[in-house]
Amino acid sequence: MTTETTKKFNIDTVENAAKTPDVELPWAELGLKQNEFDEVVKVLGRRPTGAELAMYSVMWSEHCSYKSSKNHLRQFGQKVTEEMKKDMLVGIGENAGVTNLGDGWAVTFKIESHNSPSFVEPYQGAATGIGGIVRDIISMGARPVAVMDPLRFGAIDHPDTARVMHGAVAGIGGYGNSLGLPNIGGEMVFDSVYQGNPLVNALAVGVMRHEDIRLANASGKGNKVVLFGARTGGDGIGGASVLASESFDDTKPSKRPAVQVGDPFAEKVLIECCLELFKGSLVEGIQDLGAAGISCATSELASNGDGGMQVELTSVLLRDPTLTPGEILMSESQERMMAVVTPENVKAFEAVMDKWAVEYSWLGEVTDTGRLIITWEGEVIVDVDPRTVAHDGPVYDRPYARPEWQDSVQADTFTGSVQDAGRPAAPAELAKAVTELVASPNMCSKDWITNQYDRYVGGNTAMAFPDDAGVVRVDEETGLGVALATDANGRYTYLDPYHGAQLALAEAYRNVATSGAVPMAVSDCLNFGSPEDPDVMWQLAEAIRGLSDACMVLGIPVTGGNVSLYNQTGTTPIHPSPVVAVLGKLDDVARRTPSGWREDGQAIYLLGTTGAELDGSEWANMRGHLGGQPPKVDLEAERALGEILINASRDGMIDSAHDLSEGGLAAGLVESALRYGVGARIALQDVLDRDGVDLFTALFSESQGRAVVGVPRSEEVRFTDMCTARGFAHTRIGVVDAASGTLEINGVESLPLDALRQAHEGTLPKYFG
Amino acid sequence: MTELPLIGEAPGDASGASRLTGARIGVVTFPGTLDDRDAARAVRLAGGTAVELWHADTELGDVDAVVIPGGFSYGDYLRAGAIARFAPLMSRIIDAANSDAKLPVLGICNGFQILTESHLLPGSMIKNDHLKFMCRDQVLRVENSNTAWTLDYEAGQEITIPLKNQDGQYIADDKTLDALEAEGRVVFRYVGFNPNGSRRDIAGISNAAGNVVGLMPHPEHAVEVGFGPETVVSRETGIAGSGTDGLGFFTSVLNKIVGGAK
Repeated sequence: MTTETTKKFNIDTVENAAKTPDVELPWAELGLKQNEFDEVVKVLGRRPTGAELAMYSVMWSEHCSYKSSKNHLRQFGQKVTEEMKKDMLVGIGENAGVTNLGDGWAVTFKIESHNSPSFVEPYQGAATGIGGIVRDIISMGARPVAVMDPLRFGAIDHPDTARVMHGAVAGIGGYGNSLGLPNIGGEMVFDSVYQGNPLVNALAVGVMRHEDIRLANASGKGNKVVLFGARTGGDGIGGASVLASESFDDTKPSKRPAVQVGDPFAEKVLIECCLELFKGSLVEGIQDLGAAGISCATSELASNGDGGMQVELTSVLLRDPTLTPGEILMSESQERMMAVVTPENVKAFEAVMDKWAVEYSWLGEVTDTGRLIITWEGEVIVDVDPRTVAHDGPVYDRPYARPEWQDSVQADTFTGSVQDAGRPAAPAELAKAVTELVASPNMCSKDWITNQYDRYVGGNTAMAFPDDAGVVRVDEETGLGVALATDANGRYTYLDPYHGAQLALAEAYRNVATSGAVPMAVSDCLNFGSPEDPDVMWQLAEAIRGLSDACMVLGIPVTGGNVSLYNQTGTTPIHPSPVVAVLGKLDDVARRTPSGWREDGQAIYLLGTTGAELDGSEWANMRGHLGGQPPKVDLEAERALGEILINASRDGMIDSAHDLSEGGLAAGLVESALRYGVGARIALQDVLDRDGVDLFTALFSESQGRAVVGVPRSEEVRFTDMCTARGFAHTRIGVVDAASGTLEINGVESLPLDALRQAHEGTLPKYFG
Repeated sequence: MTELPLIGEAPGDASGASRLTGARIGVVTFPGTLDDRDAARAVRLAGGTAVELWHADTELGDVDAVVIPGGFSYGDYLRAGAIARFAPLMSRIIDAANSDAKLPVLGICNGFQILTESHLLPGSMIKNDHLKFMCRDQVLRVENSNTAWTLDYEAGQEITIPLKNQDGQYIADDKTLDALEAEGRVVFRYVGFNPNGSRRDIAGISNAAGNVVGLMPHPEHAVEVGFGPETVVSRETGIAGSGTDGLGFFTSVLNKIVGGAK
């Protein structure tokens, strides 16, 4: 078959390339710029072969090379203290960062985007987003233990939103549920800025023993290189129409789907198979195949190793025998892994493959030449220094400048605006406003989505949505576990990218602390518009600067993440949306703090102070206003609040805690009540007097650094003493009233929980069935 | 699996626990099985010894009962359970279940689907009537407390355990359903809310001898305080519970194996 196949192609060998310098190559169609193509020619000292061009074009793409953001991303590595590095076992640059959990345990997590595929084909796009991030986690040697999905779609009532919603949610469920990974949280935001460019981000977390950490490198001359998992097919090839010109066989299909198709069963088997390989120490280096497929895996493994690599491309098992060498190199077929195995371990490796019925093929071996050589039937079609492909791509200092419109946007505050007319004040109006808020698209219950995800599988889920953070047990003996939360607010970031990014971090940090966990590490998914637009580039630069500054103050490092650019429709970019994931540690997950009230008679405290901060709020958004300044960021206060919540959880001083963010105190109180269907009586007069705000502002302002906690009567003195000693504002605002079935807020008409629940839970079913 | 530490205390006194440890319950893993570790944990928490079984094994070995756990064996491709049913180990399990020894067998979710495909249990599961995957805390009524897996419950008792599936709608022809009802083989019924359109609210059934039981909801996810359904007041039902209502499945069979009274 191989011979037959090769006959079909005009194989462009390195020898041929050297002899025919003037052949026209389709570099522009493959996305390379003139200067980039010239650079490839300079690096190679000749024109690239078709296969080399395919590799460079995809590896030097924005997605793979971070060429526009690299100069800014450096700050994440620079603004780090020794203290922050203390628990970092593997930092940025590998498939995912690894953090020390103690007791010999390590945790790895990462968040990534799968935005464009999810718009084109929501089900497969979202499904393979999960698949890709999970393989990143396996590549580190970890067992994946949970996933999360932050989603941002267009307006809830736009007809196309239903298409994206149904597809993406079913895809995440269909793929994730089949992997046996509990889905423990995420976000759902509706905003018309995402109409033509929804954001589908995916986070995965995995755990391992320290000795099981694996890295993506190919070392040791003579070690074998193996490709295993699914066969390579024509899916996920971006530049297919161009590559088709490589072939002179016009009977082959010319249009390949650019979206990958997932097979969760293959991925589940691959997970178990890899874990068995790790257990037997059967692989020296391992790399998943995601974007850029074999191009990426071979060049990264070789580049990270100490020598070179030689690979025979006709050994790749194919789903479609008509694929050209370039297509094989670029294919993004899912559920594939590449590993480096010593000759002694080959038999044992094959035994594991056979046990799990996973297909594999030996492609070549590690060399000491420093070159990545790829042959087709023995003829050299790629001969490159792997570093030039994987790591030394172009880097751009894109021009950026504060947009001219920024000042006028910031000057347009909500208070006193046209949209602020008729602000609710009377008890009946306020009750109506609270109900309207908790039924609004962004504040409504997300059960319609999350009930389509398995949160139980694995038996270690100690907390999941709708609580503030997802909590998963890692060690069954000690109860050691991790907490995770993701957050972003595109409106805040639009109003002020520097502080908006910090607010995203602050909220994720607060959510993790609210669960009782100690925040340890950060992963970010930076979703922005085109870096070639100086306005957008400024947003990106500011967001990265803000985020890295804030990480320093909070003392938690960024261990990995992803940048997704060109998220825009025509020339209109999305709101800058840095999605920030924070990971925390709980010594015993039994100590986690849930968000809802339960015990009758417990005291309810509001921690933190409330200012008149309605700009960018959900309330302003519901009234169609976006302008002004986002809430103030006070990272020291966040840290102080975090310490109180963590200590209170550890010492059993609180039974519930819920962070206040979007929707303010109104949303926080309703959610705390609906969590277990337990009501309360609330009086906010002390808050109004102390903070100088009116009742509406107290309920709807989105001031940061706040939380609502439920304190058992027996712990009240100890708890308030702690807050006083730390100089942190705390006010008793009410008491849990289990039998009432209502949320009573002084100055607001009584809110029966049944009616609130109906409003809160009715919204998504109303739009999506 | 067996090397994972025993967590929590087994129910009953120390001597009772050590008595149950002698009972060996096999947990089958197919490619695509997801809840095998959870089922093994449930066996250990109930005080028994969990034994890993591999679908390709040709002998059942020394086990006193078998759990076929949930998941997506072979990706549910073709039809849920349709391929797994042909695994070598399934032939041994079918023989043992039908033998005079009447090996207790519990099929959970995908395991239930495999049992119907194997004809150990009648009927079949089709896609949920609402066509979506659904994960929720589900109330069931134990209709028959005389099967190998329900001895520790009272007839009529209501329990809350998680439900999570895509193809959970139980169907059979009326004659089969009438026979199941008449013979007391409807073991569990959905209470309050039928989550998938199952005929006559049926959540689980048994064979005539009562040694083979299959159900769609997941008892193995309700065996440990803090990791099961809401431990104080269920969000869905408003009923307070410990979140460990599923443990009785495993203590039932363990007590039966060691010959203990209820």
